[in-house]
Amino acid sequence: MIKAILIFNNHGKPRLIRFYEYFAEDVQQQIIRETFHLVSKRDDNVCNFLEGGSLIGGSDYKLIYRHYATLYFVFCVDSSESELGILDLIQVFVETLDKCFENVCELDLIFHMDKVHFILQEVVMGGMVLETNMNEIVGQVELQNRMEKSEGGFSAAPARAVSAVKNINLPEMPRNINIGDINIKVPSLSPF
Amino acid sequence: MALKIVKGSIDRMFDKNLQDLVRGIRNHKEDEAKYISTCIDEIKQELKQDNIAVKANAVCKLTYLQMLGYDVSWAAFNIVEVMSSSKFTYKRIGYLAASQCFHESTDVIMLTTNQIRKDLSSPNQYDTGVALTGLSCFVTPDLARDLANDIMTLMSHTKPYIRKKAVLIMYKVFLKYPESLRPAFPRLKEKLEDPDPGVQSAAVNVICELARRNPKNYLSLAPLFFKLMTSSTNNWVLIKIIKLFGALTPLEPRLGKKLIEPLTNLIHSTSAMSLLYECVNTVIAVLISLSSGMPNHSASIQVSFSRHAHTFSLKYLGLLAMSKILKTHPKSVQSHKDLILQCLDDKDESIRLRALDLLYGMVSKKNLMEIVKKLMLHVDKAEGTTYRDELLTKIIDICSQSNYQYITNFEWYISILVELTRLEGTRHGHLIASQMLDVAIRVKAIRAFAVAQMATLLDNAHLLTGNTQRNGICEVLYAAAWICGEFSEHLEEPMVTLEAMLRPKVATLPGHIQAVYVQNAAKLFATVLRGHEGVPADSMVAQETSQLLIDRLPLFVQSSNLEVQERASCILQLVKYIQKLQQKDVEVAEEVTALFAGELNPVAPKAQKKVPVPEGLDLDVWINEPPSGSESEDEGRKSKGKAVFAKEESRHTKPRYTEVDEKELAKRREVRKAEQANNPFYIKASPSSQKVRRDGVGVEHIPVVQIDLSVPLKVPGMPMSDQYVKLEEERRERNKADKKKKKDKKKREKGEKGRRRRGDSGPESEEDITPAHMVDIVTEEMPEVGIYTWSLPHWTFSLPLSESTARHLNPCLFPSQKSSTHKKKKQKKEKKKKKHHHNHSDGAGDESVQNGTVEEEEPLPVSNQSPFTLSINPCPLCQIPVCDIQGNLQDGSQVVVSVIFENKCDSFIKSMEFNVLDSLNSKLQRPDGAGPHDGLIVPFQLPPGISNEARFIFSVQNIVMPQKLKGTLTFIVKTDDSSTHEKLDFKLHFTCTSYLITTPCYSDAYSKLLESGDLKGCSLKLEGVNQPFHHLLARICFHHHFSVVERIDSCASMYSRSIQGHHMCLLVKTADQTVSIDAKCDEPGLLGNVLDEIKLTFSQC
Repeated sequence: MIKAILIFNNHGKPRLIRFYEYFAEDVQQQIIRETFHLVSKRDDNVCNFLEGGSLIGGSDYKLIYRHYATLYFVFCVDSSESELGILDLIQVFVETLDKCFENVCELDLIFHMDKVHFILQEVVMGGMVLETNMNEIVGQVELQNRMEKSEGGFSAAPARAVSAVKNINLPEMPRNINIGDINIKVPSLSPF
Repeated sequence: MALKIVKGSIDRMFDKNLQDLVRGIRNHKEDEAKYISTCIDEIKQELKQDNIAVKANAVCKLTYLQMLGYDVSWAAFNIVEVMSSSKFTYKRIGYLAASQCFHESTDVIMLTTNQIRKDLSSPNQYDTGVALTGLSCFVTPDLARDLANDIMTLMSHTKPYIRKKAVLIMYKVFLKYPESLRPAFPRLKEKLEDPDPGVQSAAVNVICELARRNPKNYLSLAPLFFKLMTSSTNNWVLIKIIKLFGALTPLEPRLGKKLIEPLTNLIHSTSAMSLLYECVNTVIAVLISLSSGMPNHSASIQVSFSRHAHTFSLKYLGLLAMSKILKTHPKSVQSHKDLILQCLDDKDESIRLRALDLLYGMVSKKNLMEIVKKLMLHVDKAEGTTYRDELLTKIIDICSQSNYQYITNFEWYISILVELTRLEGTRHGHLIASQMLDVAIRVKAIRAFAVAQMATLLDNAHLLTGNTQRNGICEVLYAAAWICGEFSEHLEEPMVTLEAMLRPKVATLPGHIQAVYVQNAAKLFATVLRGHEGVPADSMVAQETSQLLIDRLPLFVQSSNLEVQERASCILQLVKYIQKLQQKDVEVAEEVTALFAGELNPVAPKAQKKVPVPEGLDLDVWINEPPSGSESEDEGRKSKGKAVFAKEESRHTKPRYTEVDEKELAKRREVRKAEQANNPFYIKASPSSQKVRRDGVGVEHIPVVQIDLSVPLKVPGMPMSDQYVKLEEERRERNKADKKKKKDKKKREKGEKGRRRRGDSGPESEEDITPAHMVDIVTEEMPEVGIYTWSLPHWTFSLPLSESTARHLNPCLFPSQKSSTHKKKKQKKEKKKKKHHHNHSDGAGDESVQNGTVEEEEPLPVSNQSPFTLSINPCPLCQIPVCDIQGNLQDGSQVVVSVIFENKCDSFIKSMEFNVLDSLNSKLQRPDGAGPHDGLIVPFQLPPGISNEARFIFSVQNIVMPQKLKGTLTFIVKTDDSSTHEKLDFKLHFTCTSYLITTPCYSDAYSKLLESGDLKGCSLKLEGVNQPFHHLLARICFHHHFSVVERIDSCASMYSRSIQGHHMCLLVKTADQTVSIDAKCDEPGLLGNVLDEIKLTFSQC
């Protein structure tokens, strides 16, 4: 079972959190901080496994993570999961993101947290792996997006126009956002 | 109305969407919290509107805020509203929010049941999918119960997308609502063979999770999984299955053999590292479970490990796998020692810690020094205190494991310990100290060296305590001071050490260390006196020493620590007195030394257990009245004022339990001694140890192996452990050379023969390395107060009897199935025998393992065999249906009586009804609704000459007393022309013996049981028994369900257990026709009755 999936950036800012077990909000934040602390001090060329933070899990649990450009993808899993299998799964997830967002970067995750969640839901469900075939995942996500569009969409055209009008009245609207919008480079690894 | 809609959409124009919110937060880095709180206010406004789009937008923003750590549970109801929107877009947002912030105690969840049910049956597969995904995160026991059926139907939905989600969510449902597992399982199993790989994978996932909780139940699925493993191409599925097999193989060894081949195929064919790794892991598990065929396959493991080692990230997993192999096949891991030592250099802490773990199991006498030397290097290099502390504990663990088994040179170990004290800021000073003490006490030969080292340590104490933050390590001084004091006779310059111990700086040490300092300063003082007295020129030195103590001790007298103060002032007065005597030229050394005479010996932690609790002493009983209750009452009364005196009086009248005069005590002691002398179960002190105790000095009696000191005990200067490594090598060389010489000699002597004896052994084997010092193994059996003296292995208990009797004698040694069939035949021949004992067991006999293999604490494999006796009053009217009775005991309160009905007459017997008159204690269990006096119908008819068996269950409350139950059997005898109603009275005799179950018992568990003191004793003497002792034992074993624990000559200990768990122990002794049985049991009544029955058995023969 996967107990939690955390995505945060190099500064520990959460970009997506998904707990498959209930923790109160403050505990969640604490877990993120602790995990970030554990993961961030490790070099890139050491192994991808960490044994237990104190907050989440215990001895049966491992943190398995990958670091892509500005983002850490951390999965907290118990011993029923294969370590390397999860590493491959993270790769599949990231590649899927890359396909859905077309060269995914941190900004995509920042502004479209909901979409990232919807993609993740097609990969992992309730802490168990639902699908590992990337084409299948992408296909389902696209079908659902198409359906959303046919319903008029959540951020459909009229709303966009309105939003544009709104923005005219907002002089402080930033022209360019200065964050490192480095694309997450997805290295080609062995296929899952 | 129209206006309202227009207004709504205009409002909406100015609503922020998620992107706006994120942007806003990023632009308000300084006052983020304030900005977010205004946003939350806006969201609250938005949630109040009717427009579902606005609400969904607000909920979406809340989901984001939840990620940032804001509690959004207040919006739970709005989330439910959004969930129930008819539009997929909003529904999806609603379910997402719910899955992020709902949990079992969210109360609105119960409102969602119908909504979810509706969504599950929606024609749109994505509505269903979204509902399933959401539900998987917040399913509660109630939801699981209500929706289990809906989800079950979805498992066979036409769309694979829904099927796989439904299959996967079933696991969550099982967790919350376990009752659903049984009905859903067949369908789940079916899904393993679903045409869609996604569904298949989901089913494998679920079953693997289930099997992880209880692998045994899923063994039956192994063939199915085996098929999947050879056919599937989905790596995830393969990994899961292979992991599952890894868990199953220990339970079913046959599986392992089958697995090896396909697994090796996979190992060689797959390109996915993850799959390869899991294959290797499972192969390891298989090999461990087979524990044979290792040589063939260890090669493949090594190959794959070296493949792992190439990739840095896989090192970790390789090490993990190694630790599994290490447990069973240390040899094959030891060959990778260098690789593992390399891993210690790895910059990754995860890998280093794993490698350390491995090292623990890898050391041998040969490589210990080398490994520890490497570790010491790492200790020096290691930054980060946690890792260094880990190293330190590992070094000590490695060295001290199994009683210092691998240490060949203790001087080396002491110097390692001393070197470790130079670590800054370690928390493990205490650990080092205890090791120093342990070694110095137990390895006598090392004491001189240890004392020298400790003296240096004391002299350099300022180095250790220089920094106040390095507190942990000053614990070492505790050990150092004690060793110097206790073994001060080995000190070369006691004066110097004494001076070092009384430096003013010592006062900054923690109290308990100071106390040891003070006490041991006194011991040193004694040594100094002894060294210098008698020689006139030296008397000055002795006096100076006294003066030193008198000068320095007041510092300690002022200590705030009570212990230090007390000892210091005591010793100060003593020294002052001695000084006075010295001035009068009186020789005092003898007396002073006598103060500390005798050696302090380590006592094993469990030694107290060996001291028997005197007869009649119940440690749990209050010696005085417990003070509770009355005190609070007292206070209550006192507060009232007047009642004080009244209370006082009543207190005086209370009997004083404590006041027993000396005479009385002495008398009691005498009685107790006499009792103990006669009591065979009392563990008497062996004469030697008694003497030892009287002498007060037990040391001489502890076997200490003399050492062959082939190493010079002294290494000049400060100890450097490296020197020892060299020395050790030299020593080994020398040993080897010696041995070779001897061998050559032998060879020459033996000529041709010698050549065949193990050639030239190549690398030195483990046995060749003789330790330089010996450790006193003082752990458990240290004070040899007395151990059970019967230590014959059970197997030697052989009898010159015919096979069949031998079987009866100890049913546990033989599969009792055979004996029962054998007996059956015999019994049938002996018709109308009144009493039948019959070992009946259906397969249970297989379980009754050989004696002594089962620990006592564990639930014993009860061999459900205990004969009942049935006395039948022969029926005068009819050709009797003979009843064989077999008893079957199930649990503490239920007894199963098997009755064999045999029709001995020529007529047909039918409509049998079995009835027993219940007693208060024993009741025949009748089906629900039957009255207490109704008979039970025997479910068969008997043609002439046929027998059949029926079982009846009795519930028994008290097993202490034997009892007889009266019963009747009514039946109809049908002849050719008529049928008559007949009745047969019988008695069921439940003897106490029949409540006993033959239970094997280990001799040590047995002696523990006796020592525990819960058992009450009773004894029995049988005169004029003139049968061989083994026959006698056999009889008791057979008739009374005992098993022999140990037997020595004409003395044997036996054990049995009642169905209610009473232990019963017998000690049977025989001497010229008299058999004495001493018995102990925690239930005296039961014991008495059983003894009576034993007596009866012997009186009948």
